[in-house]
Amino acid sequence: MDRDCTNELAGQARDATARRATLRIVGGDTKGFLGRPVAGEALEVAPHRGVLRHDPAELVITARAGTPLAEVENCLAAHGQRLAFEPPHHGPGATLGGTVACGLAGPARAWSGPLRDYVLGVRLLTGDGRVLRFGGEVMKNVAGYDVSRLLAGSFGVLGVLLDVSLKVLPRPPGERTLALELELDEATALDRLADLSRGALPLSAGAWMDGRLFLRFDGSEATLDDVTRRIAGEVVAGSNGFWASLREQTHPFFAGSEALWRCTVPPQAPPLPLGSPPLVEWNGLQRWYRCDAAAPVFAVAAAAGGHATLFRHAPPGAEVFAPLDAPLLRLHRQLKHVFDPAGILNPGRMYAEL
Amino acid sequence: MTPDPALIRELRAAVGDEAVLLSPEACAPFECDALTAHRRRPEIVVLPRSADQVMEVLRACRRHSTPVVARGAGTGLSGGALPVAGGVLLVLARLDRILEVDPVRRLARVQPGVTNLEISNAAAPHGLYYAPDPSSQVACTIGGNVAENSGGVHCLKHGLTVHNLLELRVATIEGEWLTIGAPTGESPGLPLIALLTGSEGMLGVVVEVTVRLKPVPERVELLMASFDDVRRCADAVGRVIASGIVPAGLEMMDAPAIRAAEAFARCGYPLAAEALLLCELDGLAHDVESELRAAESLLRACGATAVRVAADAAERLRMWSGRKSAFPAVGRLAPDYFCMDGTIPRRSLAEVLEGIAALSREAGLPVANVFHAGDGNLHPLILFDAGRAGEVERADRLGAEILELCIAAGGTVTGEHGVGVEKLGPMCSQFGPDELEAFHAVKRAFDPEGLLNPGKAVPTLARCADYGAMRVHGGKLPFSHLPRF
Repeated sequence: MDRDCTNELAGQARDATARRATLRIVGGDTKGFLGRPVAGEALEVAPHRGVLRHDPAELVITARAGTPLAEVENCLAAHGQRLAFEPPHHGPGATLGGTVACGLAGPARAWSGPLRDYVLGVRLLTGDGRVLRFGGEVMKNVAGYDVSRLLAGSFGVLGVLLDVSLKVLPRPPGERTLALELELDEATALDRLADLSRGALPLSAGAWMDGRLFLRFDGSEATLDDVTRRIAGEVVAGSNGFWASLREQTHPFFAGSEALWRCTVPPQAPPLPLGSPPLVEWNGLQRWYRCDAAAPVFAVAAAAGGHATLFRHAPPGAEVFAPLDAPLLRLHRQLKHVFDPAGILNPGRMYAEL
Repeated sequence: MTPDPALIRELRAAVGDEAVLLSPEACAPFECDALTAHRRRPEIVVLPRSADQVMEVLRACRRHSTPVVARGAGTGLSGGALPVAGGVLLVLARLDRILEVDPVRRLARVQPGVTNLEISNAAAPHGLYYAPDPSSQVACTIGGNVAENSGGVHCLKHGLTVHNLLELRVATIEGEWLTIGAPTGESPGLPLIALLTGSEGMLGVVVEVTVRLKPVPERVELLMASFDDVRRCADAVGRVIASGIVPAGLEMMDAPAIRAAEAFARCGYPLAAEALLLCELDGLAHDVESELRAAESLLRACGATAVRVAADAAERLRMWSGRKSAFPAVGRLAPDYFCMDGTIPRRSLAEVLEGIAALSREAGLPVANVFHAGDGNLHPLILFDAGRAGEVERADRLGAEILELCIAAGGTVTGEHGVGVEKLGPMCSQFGPDELEAFHAVKRAFDPEGLLNPGKAVPTLARCADYGAMRVHGGKLPFSHLPRF
């Protein structure tokens, strides 16, 4: 089962470079829906798997990139720990490498911080077959440029993740979800979320849809009882399934084949003029919309002080990620050239020019 | 070297005559940062007042292919702001305005010359603060914090600088503006904010910083645990963390540091203890209460000879005062000291501390340890007398050996002080030629001519070849007599 495939993968990269063939990096093939389509031979990372080190006292786990995310999470759960950013799997085969490469985080994101905050070190295969090691397994490390965090959400355009070390955290002693059914419209719900997040409440997730506001808190029993007294809400039983349905997009909101847009805007930004009612998460920071792929969502999100991603069901040829300005895009291309000089890794997955 | 008159004309046009310093007397205060062992008087110092002036300075330097070294308050500990020959020293201290504190979005937008503590002070009326707290926070600037990815005593729970940044506005040596990150913390493209943070002024000049603010915790408690054995104290660190408690700060001191701090600060430290652990817990009242009980019994179970909980805020601050003044306190024990900065996995704390003690005996130079145990971030202080023949060299060698020990334990040669000029040699041990070449290539992507802070942070391969030749004698690994962990 557990296997070190570094040499095979490096051989494939060198071979592809020699043949000028492009490679499409695949882990568990669960997040292929996200990003622009890539033409290329599949480079399968899933066989390169296995948890390498997890010492609970270190708050660090190191595993090969092809390790199933579920295996990583089970390993942590056995010691009362977890990945605090609650990564979405989007399918049973999700791998650690794919998770880091896509940089996605779940309902806790607004409080836990993004995935990149938890990256401590990587081993990276470059497009031309070099195996490089950046960062490490320690909490504080400022030796050399922080290339390992740069790879969080890089969609494989800079290199193939081989091993990843992540900071992990203890599970909170308890969690409780409260629902506020107030016939809240979106604007009022956003105000209410803003008010709640100003207080010293131990919020760890918040979502609004169909007039209902769901709030998750974590802490000791005494803290949770306190919160329940202060917030006039109904305790939601079995709420794990609800938050999982948002994280994994199995909630009915995400069904159907209409384009799914993800907007991240300042939490206090008023409702976006996009026609359809959104599903609001992360205290108002992340808002999902079902509307036409041709709708001016990039511009609307930018006008609100944020940006948009055409997350699912992008028609052929559509841009998926918000455009970068010229100096920034040029810098992206120069950085790609550092790690993938022949441009063979996931070309075009983020931007046509990358 | 005589400065180019055309360059000086352009710099004066950019920032005004009074903001271009040329005389040796005016330039002398800028000859070093807090790593005073390295000094070089700059020929030209410029003191812009605005972001646009910074850009004009960079453009002028690029036109004349002149190196530029950015500097904040000069509190850096690795020589990152050491002037370079024939270069311009770009002092950002006059960009010192707080542009915005937004309690609703919980962020502050500031210029790079604002000090770390000023941000927390500005946020305090809203019940908010800026979490990273390097010990120099009264003086160090946020621009310097970004350049070094500065830490502090509360990193384990509240993060380093990189975890508390939202957006940077950066002037490139190519003369372009970059907006990196976003006030929301989510932006399209690669997460360049991580690459820029800790890049030691090698990739761009930060002219505006948006930081995340956190609510001041409802309750804070501090425990002080004494141990009669360093190993038991070091092992307690891992056991506290494995138990599910994430302390806001977890600091350890050994006997020389305890005695020096007590003599200096009169803070009530137990003079008979061989090791001391300060464990701070923060958060909501009920949560802190249950963590406090758990931590207290755990520390006793780990063999603490005494555990004291600060009775009130005044006692808490007094207990911290010894830790916070430990460097100057230890500094009084000898004419000179070097402060090292390696990080290791916590499981190796006891072994590495014993290894350091052995190296210290061998070198005949005392070492005091006071450090961020929760992060595994060691700060061994090597005491020596530069006035005695050969002692600087011996202290240097001891420092390099301690860092090798950190690398061997799976750690790093700098946890929070940066590489600068000080750790260029040890970088050769931590990274191979392929990684170092990749770092140089990353720099070229931002700065093709190598004008920004040249020669810092990443050693050349030629330098590493020399360093290797110096360290390996007769084909033997350095200090092969020492146990490897």
